[in-house]
Amino acid sequence: MKLRRTMLYVPGGNAAMVKDAHIYRSDAIMFDLEDSIAVNEKDSARLLVFHALRTLNYEGTETVVRINGLDSPYGRDDIKAMVNAGPDIIRLPKTETAQDIQDVEELIRQEEKAAGLEEGSIALMAAVESPLGILNAYQIATASSRLIGIAFGAEDYVTNMKTSRSRAGSEIFYARSALVTAARAAGIYALDTVFSDLNDEEGFVEEVRMAKQLGFDGKSIISPRQIRPVHDVFAPTEAEVEAALRVMRGIAEAKKRNMGVITVDGKMVDKPMVDRAERIIEMAKASGQRIPEEELHV
Amino acid sequence: MSENAIGREIPDSIPGCEKLKPFQGAFANTPLVRQEKGNRNLPRLNKLLDTVEQAVLKTGLKDGMTISFHHHFRNGDKVVNMVMDVIANLGIKNLTLASSSLTTVHDELLPHIKNGVISRIITSGLRSKLGEHISAGIMDVPVLFHSHGGRARAVETGQIKIDVAFLGVPSSDVYGNANGFTGTSACGSLGYAIVDAKHASRVVLITDNLVEYPNTPFSIDQDLVDHIVVVDSVGDSSRIATGATRLTSNPKDLLIAQNAADVIAYSPYFEDGFSLQTGSGGASLATTRYLSDYMRRRGLTCSWALGGITSQIVKMHQEGLIKRMLDVQSFDLDAVNSIAVNPMHTEIDASYYANPLNKGCAVNKLNVVVLSALEIDTNFNVNVLTGSDGIIMGASGGHSDTAVGSGLSVVVAPLIRGRISSVVDRVLTVVTPGESVDILVTDRGIAINPRRKDLVDYFHGSKLPLYTIQELKERAERVAGTPEPIKFGDRIVGLVEYRDGTIIDVIRNIAD
Repeated sequence: MKLRRTMLYVPGGNAAMVKDAHIYRSDAIMFDLEDSIAVNEKDSARLLVFHALRTLNYEGTETVVRINGLDSPYGRDDIKAMVNAGPDIIRLPKTETAQDIQDVEELIRQEEKAAGLEEGSIALMAAVESPLGILNAYQIATASSRLIGIAFGAEDYVTNMKTSRSRAGSEIFYARSALVTAARAAGIYALDTVFSDLNDEEGFVEEVRMAKQLGFDGKSIISPRQIRPVHDVFAPTEAEVEAALRVMRGIAEAKKRNMGVITVDGKMVDKPMVDRAERIIEMAKASGQRIPEEELHV
Repeated sequence: MSENAIGREIPDSIPGCEKLKPFQGAFANTPLVRQEKGNRNLPRLNKLLDTVEQAVLKTGLKDGMTISFHHHFRNGDKVVNMVMDVIANLGIKNLTLASSSLTTVHDELLPHIKNGVISRIITSGLRSKLGEHISAGIMDVPVLFHSHGGRARAVETGQIKIDVAFLGVPSSDVYGNANGFTGTSACGSLGYAIVDAKHASRVVLITDNLVEYPNTPFSIDQDLVDHIVVVDSVGDSSRIATGATRLTSNPKDLLIAQNAADVIAYSPYFEDGFSLQTGSGGASLATTRYLSDYMRRRGLTCSWALGGITSQIVKMHQEGLIKRMLDVQSFDLDAVNSIAVNPMHTEIDASYYANPLNKGCAVNKLNVVVLSALEIDTNFNVNVLTGSDGIIMGASGGHSDTAVGSGLSVVVAPLIRGRISSVVDRVLTVVTPGESVDILVTDRGIAINPRRKDLVDYFHGSKLPLYTIQELKERAERVAGTPEPIKFGDRIVGLVEYRDGTIIDVIRNIAD
């Protein structure tokens, strides 16, 4: 299971941050060439990220680059440079239609060919930040086999919706749900939007819990300080892991004795329950919790 | 046999006794005592003088003498500049300035150096323009840099012979009882000042807060003091003691601090009743936050902390995580307020703190210390004095004292600072020898000094990111490359004295 609980934004023009991004151990780092880069710095940021990806060892942290859209003067050059730089994922901002994805994919494919790289070596991610994008979420999510996830960007969305952000987030509730639903239907990852108030630690944890409850796989984050709280929320508790192990032991036992239906903790164990239990154990393993080897085989 | 002043017959001498001096009158041989009993007017005897100039003259300060100051007022100090201006105006020259340290406010000494008022400096640290100019070579005689413990040793053994100590104090009475925790210029412990007061030939107190006699409890005893001058202000209170030393919010420093806490918590030194000292800046101080988490989780407490006491340490004490505090320098208002009222928070002087040649100093009893570094080399030698450009911009301080005295010395530093590796083949200036440095903790990995075979074995198999120091250096150089070496001239501008009085390194001038 690939963990994408945290995707740390790193302004691509900031050399100090670019070289250090991975030391904070987020699951993924996203070098930004788009909104955090001033117009007259677009080229130098592109070069910096290109050289960083080619020279530095990010020690297994997943690398993502947010390019400028194809509607900007920079998108094509970004794609050319980044295909050659070799991040794991290219992230497209402000995606509204499946065609947006396909256009980018075509350019990537051409560049891979030109550079002699294996086709499909770079994956894709799409950020959905507008009402139209939300309505087209499923089409976007299924637009390419390279697409491994979709992310929600609330700021632009809320502006488009002619409202403003609130702590409770009712104005983005539908968008969040729609995005996760689309991602699940397409079998890909869903990432929640950023939380900008770095000093509101309580509010941040609340929002992360809510995102997890809605089904998101993780969150885009803007500071290393936000990493640990997200990982803590997403980590299964010991109790959850124990309960999941009980389900798996129950299944193993049932198989041994050729029993059809079993109950564990007073609940009938059906397939969804087994799937959930497996996912919890996987998440626990991936988060570094120790699961005894014998428990893992059903 | 002769008759004394009171009409008694006193022999001139008796075999087995010293030469006998006949009584000459109640006031004849004790000039400092009141000279007649008739005057009932207040105030009684006092050592007050009207101006600093009078005090300088009365001490008999002459060319070539040694004067001393303390640095408890940190960046708010006004005393050094004030006194030096007066001394310069009086035409006195070729003085040796022995200030326990010098800070960014002491750039004003440059004209006095250029004009020959000061011809030698003995101190723990130099910063700002003063450091830059001295690195450029404006002084004929090299500056002598000592550690805090080394200075106390030097003063006590007479290696530094202080002719006049000018000691700024936040409060004093008319007879010279002074303490550091009352008044608007309160600075807390007077640890460095006390050593000077005990050993200087003449002691002048300068205060902006004259209080009722006797000023108890006192840190400087009246019987050590010659003269007292009251001035408008001895320091800028907002820069002497800030409200509370804030914990850094810099994510990299916090990461380093977390790593350091992980190392300490894993080590065999992390046991109930251990003792702790941390530096006051950045990552070293932030280590207390994460160590506190571990201490709470495991139900451990510190029996005492040494410092450099900050509000962080005071808070840990108030929470019950630290029992007692020994304080040679109080860094913020919380620490000042604590030392004033709390019997578990005790002032100690610099000799008690770290003098290696007395009957036992505090650093000898220390379990764990967390220190910073500008540079560290592959032999674990540490530089806290000169920057990567070779210019003097730091202080020796308590670094070498605590490193060797402690059971576990942990040095924290970012692996790469700016565009330069902090781990090098050879540091520009050795302040603390590698033999006394146990573990380096960076944001990108941890290195244990191979001399500590016991620790290497102990940490083997832990999940901590352990590397050799060579490997850390290579990791840094893969990102930052290797810089051009600094070009030094051939003049020696600084001598770095180890705490025992031997010279551990020299600092050369920067070639133009």
